[in-house]
Amino acid sequence: MKRIYTIEDACIGCHLCEVGCITEHSQSKDPVRAFLHEQVRPLSRCTVEEGDGGVISLSTTCRHCDEPDCLRACISGAIQKNDAGVVRIDTEQCVGCWSCVMACPYGAVQRNLAKKKANKCDLCPDRKSPACVDACPNRALVYKEGSQK
Amino acid sequence: MNYVIIGNSVAAVGAIRGIRRVDEKGNITVISRERHIAYGRPLISYLLGGLITEKRMAYLPEDFYEKNRVNLLLDAEVVGVDSARKQVKLAAGDSIGFDKLLVATGGDPFVPPIEGLAGKERIFTFTTWDDAEKLKAIAADVERVVVIGGGLIGLKAAEGLHLLDKKITIVELADRILSAAFDRPAGRVVAKKMKANGIDVITEDTVVRIEGDGARISGVTLKSGDYIPCDTVVVAIGVRPAAGFLKGSKVDVNRGIVVNDSMETSVKGIYAAGDVTEASDFFSGQKNPMPIWPDAYIQGDVAGTAMAGGEKAYVGGLAMNSIELFKVSTISMGITNPVEPKEYEIVTYQDLENYQYRKIVLQDSRLVGAVLVGQVDRAGIFSGLIREKVDVTPFKEHLLAPDFGFIHLTKEIRNTLFAPYGKVA
Repeated sequence: MKRIYTIEDACIGCHLCEVGCITEHSQSKDPVRAFLHEQVRPLSRCTVEEGDGGVISLSTTCRHCDEPDCLRACISGAIQKNDAGVVRIDTEQCVGCWSCVMACPYGAVQRNLAKKKANKCDLCPDRKSPACVDACPNRALVYKEGSQK
Repeated sequence: MNYVIIGNSVAAVGAIRGIRRVDEKGNITVISRERHIAYGRPLISYLLGGLITEKRMAYLPEDFYEKNRVNLLLDAEVVGVDSARKQVKLAAGDSIGFDKLLVATGGDPFVPPIEGLAGKERIFTFTTWDDAEKLKAIAADVERVVVIGGGLIGLKAAEGLHLLDKKITIVELADRILSAAFDRPAGRVVAKKMKANGIDVITEDTVVRIEGDGARISGVTLKSGDYIPCDTVVVAIGVRPAAGFLKGSKVDVNRGIVVNDSMETSVKGIYAAGDVTEASDFFSGQKNPMPIWPDAYIQGDVAGTAMAGGEKAYVGGLAMNSIELFKVSTISMGITNPVEPKEYEIVTYQDLENYQYRKIVLQDSRLVGAVLVGQVDRAGIFSGLIREKVDVTPFKEHLLAPDFGFIHLTKEIRNTLFAPYGKVA
């Protein structure tokens, strides 16, 4: 299956992947509305990390593992892997126990504390390629076939 | 090929998926003594407390059993296993033959013979959906509850009952609650929060007598001589492997069913997974019961794969708990409270006022344990470092930082995990 990969040397730490992710998962799917006018702003499912005063940066996100540690740790069954291989959280079913946060070695599950629900990349089911990848001006994020344990 | 699985919780689910990855054709029969399809067992406290409805107890997508072609026998208890004839015997009298058998029956709550306990009506255990239902059914009529045992099960029962506005006292024999997962400071943080919520926590004491007339409970007397009035008692001292039916089967049972790294027992063709087993420990390699949800899934997966003829080895159980009590998040993993502290390097950060605590346990420059209270985000990065036995020397001083992340690790590790040319590509 296709996954999102990061080319660290190409990342300039602009956080546009996070903007793209938040916009895509907002109600309006419009960046200005999502950031200024919508009452609840979604959490970004990708995380840009910066170090050495911005010299190093990279965007990290869910690997959609073949054997997901988050799924194995999930006590409610909210995390399932669909036939296409996408690991998704059913937010209705999630009880916010953070077992997935504990288990994911990629640090790719966020805690939505306001909603008490886990939050993670869904590979943008409504798009051809994920919003973070499309938003990256430096092509530091690539969406391509690859395997993952 | 006929696969029979006794038990229908997370280890069984891991096994069903493990079998089906290798063998799409074989017959799978699941036998459960419970009347429910697989449910999120740890959610019973949420159900008791009214945080979730029964609908959300379902652990699996509706079509799971059908899609995996599982023949499901609910409300059926296995009373014996004939290893030579490869048959399991049901309480109803009939037998079912198997080629490969998985025992994934979990644990039975242990109720010690406390004086005055026999014949009392409102004595409960708290490990099944039905246990939660029974407590819920009488909840309106309950005022004061004593919970014996301050482990995970006891605290979860207390939390559920607290949500129903019951007055609760927890009595724990050790010097702190959750002594298996927590060290002293973390135990104190949670105990402080519980007390702030009106729950009494009594440590280093135990219930020696249950008082009352006939079936009615009026209170309990502690070893210290203290008397606590109550009308209901929840016994949450621990669980024992639900393996009594294996008597005479030649399957070795120690503190759990002893299994090798393919989850096979001492009898060829019979496997075990989950809380009922004693499998190797991640660090020591010694056989240890590890009653941990994610571990039960992994053991089930390894067992199912092996039963179907595939290859997958169990890398050892790693203790791991994510527990939220009274809105304080806690995550603990690995060795959190070493018996010989001298052999380890321990670094901590605490701000108990704000319910924040972080502790890292290192051995030979490898991370072997972590406790996080309050800010638990991205705790899984630690579990990855533990499992992969990463040398943390280059970034050791960053481990306790609240923003600790991949940026602090080496570029090589980052590329391995995220780059299109790392091992993932």
